[in-house]
Amino acid sequence: MEDQPKFPDLTDAERKVLEDLMPDEMSEIITSGMKRRHFLKLITYTGTSLLATHFIGIEQLMARTTAGAPLPPPPTGIDNGVNVTFNVNGRAQKLLVDSRMTLLDALRERLALTGSKKGCDHGQCGACTVLIDGRRVLACLTLAATCEEKAVTTIEGLAKEETLHPMQAAFIKHDGFQCGYCTPGQICSAVALMSEAKNGEASYVTSNVRQTGKPVKLSDEEIQERMSGNICRCGAYPNIVDAIREVHGDKAVAQVWQFADGTI
Amino acid sequence: MRPFNYSNAGEPATAIATVSANPGAKFLGGGTNLVDLMKEDVMHPSALVDITRLKLADVAKTATGVTIGGTATNSFTANHELIRKNYPLLSMAILAGASAQIRNMATNGGNLNQRTRCTYFYDVNLPCNKREPGSGCGALKGVNRNHAIFGWSEKCVAVYPSDMAIALAALDAVVHVEGNNNVKRTINFADFHRLPGDTPEKDNNLKPGELILSIELPANDFAERSYYLKIRERSSYAFALVSVAAAMALEGNRIKQVRIALGGVAHKPWRASVAEKWLIGKEATETNFRAAAEVELKNARPLEHNKFKVAMAQKAIARALQGAMQGGEYGLEG
Repeated sequence: MEDQPKFPDLTDAERKVLEDLMPDEMSEIITSGMKRRHFLKLITYTGTSLLATHFIGIEQLMARTTAGAPLPPPPTGIDNGVNVTFNVNGRAQKLLVDSRMTLLDALRERLALTGSKKGCDHGQCGACTVLIDGRRVLACLTLAATCEEKAVTTIEGLAKEETLHPMQAAFIKHDGFQCGYCTPGQICSAVALMSEAKNGEASYVTSNVRQTGKPVKLSDEEIQERMSGNICRCGAYPNIVDAIREVHGDKAVAQVWQFADGTI
Repeated sequence: MRPFNYSNAGEPATAIATVSANPGAKFLGGGTNLVDLMKEDVMHPSALVDITRLKLADVAKTATGVTIGGTATNSFTANHELIRKNYPLLSMAILAGASAQIRNMATNGGNLNQRTRCTYFYDVNLPCNKREPGSGCGALKGVNRNHAIFGWSEKCVAVYPSDMAIALAALDAVVHVEGNNNVKRTINFADFHRLPGDTPEKDNNLKPGELILSIELPANDFAERSYYLKIRERSSYAFALVSVAAAMALEGNRIKQVRIALGGVAHKPWRASVAEKWLIGKEATETNFRAAAEVELKNARPLEHNKFKVAMAQKAIARALQGAMQGGEYGLEG
C-alpha cells in the first residue's frame, strides 16, 4: 500500500470517485505536480462525479459530517458572556458565548458545523437556514444566547448515518445546485416546507386562505413562493423545484439532465 | 456589533421594569430587524431583554373579536384558524411579507416596531434625521424612488415597511400595551404609528419601556370580501412599492362598509379615508372603484423619483377592491 497516493484531505469515498475516473493519472499528479491540462481534467471530473449518483461512494460523501474536527478552546472571561445549553443535531451542547454571537457563528466557529453558510449575514439570502424546534429560521439573525433549551437541526443533522435525507437525495438527482453554497440552506428550508405543507399552512399565493385543511398540495407556484427566502446565485431554481416536487409528491419526477454520452 | 448585556425575562413586568430603568435597553423579539440594525450600527442598545419566552403568544377569541399575542410569531398568527377564517386580510398581508424563515422568527409586536428600510436610514455614513436627529434628510433631494407620496415632511420622507400593519390599519385594530408600574393602556391603530413631522426619530407613540401585550381585532363583516395586494420589484421577498389592504361589506350591490389602507406610500399605514367616504352607499362596480381611487390620489405629493407611485397606487386600489369583490382569491383581481 506504499504506492497509494496520499491525499490527506480526501475521504475514502472521495478517493474512490477519483480513482474510478482517472486511475492512470493519480500518481502523475502526485509525483510530478499538477499540469494545467490535468488540473482542468481533474476538476471537471470531480465536479461531474459529484452529480453522478451511480457511484457508490457519493452517498457516503454527501453524508459525511465534520464530527471529529478539532474544536477551538472555549473562551474564558468574556464580557457579557451567556451560558447556553441547547441541542444540536441530537447532541446536547453547552457553550459560553458572547451575547453578540449569532447562532450561525456558534455553529460554524464553536461547534465546527460549517454546513450552514454565511451568505449575506443580513437575513436576505437564506444560506444560513437551519431548523429550530422543527421550524426554519435564519441562523445569522438568531443570537446564540436566545437558543437556551432549543433543538437546532443543521444540514449535518439530516442524513441518518450513511443514508441521505430524501430531500438531499432529490437535490442530487435533480441537479438542484451548481456551486453548492446556498444548498445547505435550500435543503433545510425545503425540509421545513414539507412539514408546513403537511400542517396545511398557507402562503401568499394560496388561492383562498379561508379554506383551511391539510395537507396542502403544492403547485410549482406555491413551491417558488415558499422557497423565496433562499436565493440561488447560480439560478438552479427549476431543478430545486423539481427536487421538492419529487419529495412532496407521490410519484417520481423525471431527471432531466444526462451526461454527454446519453447516460444518466 | 457593539457590546450589550443579554437577559431573559420571565414576566412582562420584569421586562418592562428593566427596559424602563435603562434608556439604552430594548426588547428583543425575533430580532429579524433589530439584530440586523445592530450589525449595521444603526441601532446600538446597551442591553437586550429577550421577551420571546413571555406568555404573550396566544391567538384567542374574545367577547368582541379576536386577540393576537404580542410575542406570537407572524407565521403562527397568519396560519391560525381564527385568523384565516375571520380575518383573511391579516393572513394575506402577513404572508405577503418577508420569507417563511423570517415570519417564523418575527413577532407581532416586533412587526409593528420595525424600522424603515430607507437606505439613508440604514447607511450610517449618510444624513438621516430618523437615525440622527438634526443631520438632515438625505432622501428629500436624493434618491427617493421608494419613498413617501403622502404625509411626509421636510425632515423625513421614509415609508413604513410592514405589510401586517397595513391590514391591521384597515381592520381598525387596537394595540394593548403595558408600561412601568403595571400601567396598561390601549392605542387605536390609527394613532399607533406617527407621521414624521419634526420628530421622525419617533416611529410610533409608544412611551419608553412600554411593551405590546396584544393586538385586538374587532369583529367585522369583511371576511367574505377582503384582499391584500402587494406590488414590488420582484414577485416575492421584497418590500412593497405600493400595497393595498381592501375590505368591503355589501348590502345588495351597494357598499355598506369599506376599508382601504395603503402601504409603501407614507411614514405610517395610510388609510384612504377620502376613497372610503366616496364609496359608501355607491354600487360596487369597477368604475366606482377607479373613481374612488382617483379622488384619493389627488392629494398625493410625490417626490422627484416616485411619481410613478401615484398612478400605481391608484390602479392598485381599484385592483384590490376588485380582488375583495372576487372573494379574496389570490390572482383573480386582474
